[in-house]
Amino acid sequence: MSAYCSRWTLRFLNRLCVSGLAKTNNKHVQHFSSQTSPSVQVCIVGSGPAGFYTAQHLLKNVINTFTQTAHLERCEFFGNVTIGSDITMEELKMAYHAVILCYGAEGSRSLGVPGEKLSGVYSAKDFVGWYNGLPANKDLNPDLSSDAVVILGQGNVALDVARILLSPVELLKKTDITQASLDSVAASKIKRVVIVGRRGPLQVACTIKELREMVNLPGTKPVLDRRDFEGIKDALKDIARPRKRLTELLMKVAMEEPSGRDAERWAAASQEWSLRFLRSPIKILPTADGKKVAGIRFAVTTLEGSGENAKAVLTGQEEEVSCGLIVSSIGYKSLPIDDGVPFDETQGVIPNDMGRVCQTPGLYCSGWVKRGPTGVIATTMNDSFETARCVLEDIDSRVLDCSMAKPGHHALRGLLEKRGVTPVSFSGWEKIDALEVTRGDEIGKPREKLLDVQEMLQLARA
Amino acid sequence: SNRRRPALTAEPIPSSLDRAAVSCNALFRTAGTRLVGGKTRRDAPNTATPHKRAIRTPQSQIIINVVFVDRSGQRIPVKAKVGDNALHLAHKHGIDLEGACEASLACSTCHVYVSDAFYDKLPEPDEREEDMLDMAPLLQENSRLGCQVILTPELDGIELTLPKITRNFYVDGHKPASH
Repeated sequence: MSAYCSRWTLRFLNRLCVSGLAKTNNKHVQHFSSQTSPSVQVCIVGSGPAGFYTAQHLLKNVINTFTQTAHLERCEFFGNVTIGSDITMEELKMAYHAVILCYGAEGSRSLGVPGEKLSGVYSAKDFVGWYNGLPANKDLNPDLSSDAVVILGQGNVALDVARILLSPVELLKKTDITQASLDSVAASKIKRVVIVGRRGPLQVACTIKELREMVNLPGTKPVLDRRDFEGIKDALKDIARPRKRLTELLMKVAMEEPSGRDAERWAAASQEWSLRFLRSPIKILPTADGKKVAGIRFAVTTLEGSGENAKAVLTGQEEEVSCGLIVSSIGYKSLPIDDGVPFDETQGVIPNDMGRVCQTPGLYCSGWVKRGPTGVIATTMNDSFETARCVLEDIDSRVLDCSMAKPGHHALRGLLEKRGVTPVSFSGWEKIDALEVTRGDEIGKPREKLLDVQEMLQLARA
Repeated sequence: SNRRRPALTAEPIPSSLDRAAVSCNALFRTAGTRLVGGKTRRDAPNTATPHKRAIRTPQSQIIINVVFVDRSGQRIPVKAKVGDNALHLAHKHGIDLEGACEASLACSTCHVYVSDAFYDKLPEPDEREEDMLDMAPLLQENSRLGCQVILTPELDGIELTLPKITRNFYVDGHKPASH
């Protein structure tokens, strides 16, 4: 059971500004003249894994946890600063030699079907934000009293939602899930969670660790239809290892009788979850009074082509499922940050080549805003290192002109002060962190998160 | 390409940590036996000859040689204590091996390649490690997670190479197409 919900993000500080001084190391200094060369000023926008891994690789030669990185003399943390309202991209570009955008994906893809706005329909982004304690989602208050839930999408986030809805309270209460969500889940009446995908078993977007955790979830039973797996075995022969192992696990659950402890658990289970394939949502159905969700209508699809590129095409058949809660988990989406920063609306990313933003010298990006909202921590780590390497290469080769000194965070502070914006320093963040951990200690959790931004700011500035 | 290791089995396999605990217990029992009826010299090498009582260094004191090869190809020889895991060892010596989940088998950032001569001397990875290795870019037949490589005397001379970072970031080696 994962004990961390939002371990990697300084989650209440979207769009904040981590200002990192990347003083060139000895290798780079040799390229400069004998006069003292100005230190290179770099600004990183976003303090999630992408931001921190990029910072780490720029300030290299030391192993750092994110906390250690933030403590480095050459690294300055500015929380609670919003690009656009508190500071502009133009001002950052003037104050720093390089600006690296690592602000992730704070939007989500919409279904584009009627009924999407009914009460009881949530984006996974908001639902996950709710149980993870994002202040913006603290009042979500989802109704968990119906017995059936439909989750649209079959990625790791979809499985995470299912996991939270179905996990025994004894396990959840030892995690950093918010107390309010824990109470909600504890009181819920959910018996059945259906996780729906438009394509087939060979196209599920989740990965094996998360699937295995669901298969082994105490008090629950997985329900897979063996008919969905006919003919799949032959396709396994030539596919890559990760997909192969994942599919083998799905097939085992779908087609083999459970043995030993699994058999006992499934027989005794009071809750079930299932994966349903080849179903594409076309309409969300309201209750008689038109106010809440009552169900969902699907078009039945079939696959054209195979493997990762298989496409779902309509068959003309339709199917309806009753439910009292729908969570749409079809992808996060990045948003454009500023008119001066190119943005590809179709792909939902900043157009770039290896992290160098197209047609905009001095601007870089890493993480989800660079390559799209997929992948695990190792993916983001590698991606951030690639961007950092490009920045260092550009400094080295003078593609990035660092011969003129730039004011860096001094300019930033000046502008923020003028505007009456008080940023949160890293030690301010640490005060919030310390209080959350203390509160968690009192009730046997890793932390109990503060949900109110004003409370956080008061504490940070105390 | 697929690794030649057998796929997951139905039975739960004890984790490497469990195995390490078992082998530590075995070491203590062995050390206890040797201590009975005689002195043990801490720095004595393992010299078991028929006419002499064997004098052995307690396993936890044995130092072995490990070579890390970093991403730029630089070889970094270090000394390690038996029982140490390769991730902690790397951190002790400032080697740039990330351990995002702090050895809890929840990520693949400590992915290393084990030199061929030593790969088979390691106990097989359990299911949970295999699951995480699935996520490692540039997976090879000799891939392991550094946090699961527990150093034993027979691993003296092992080389652990950090995978190079490339553009190909997708966890199963391809780019997803829209559907």
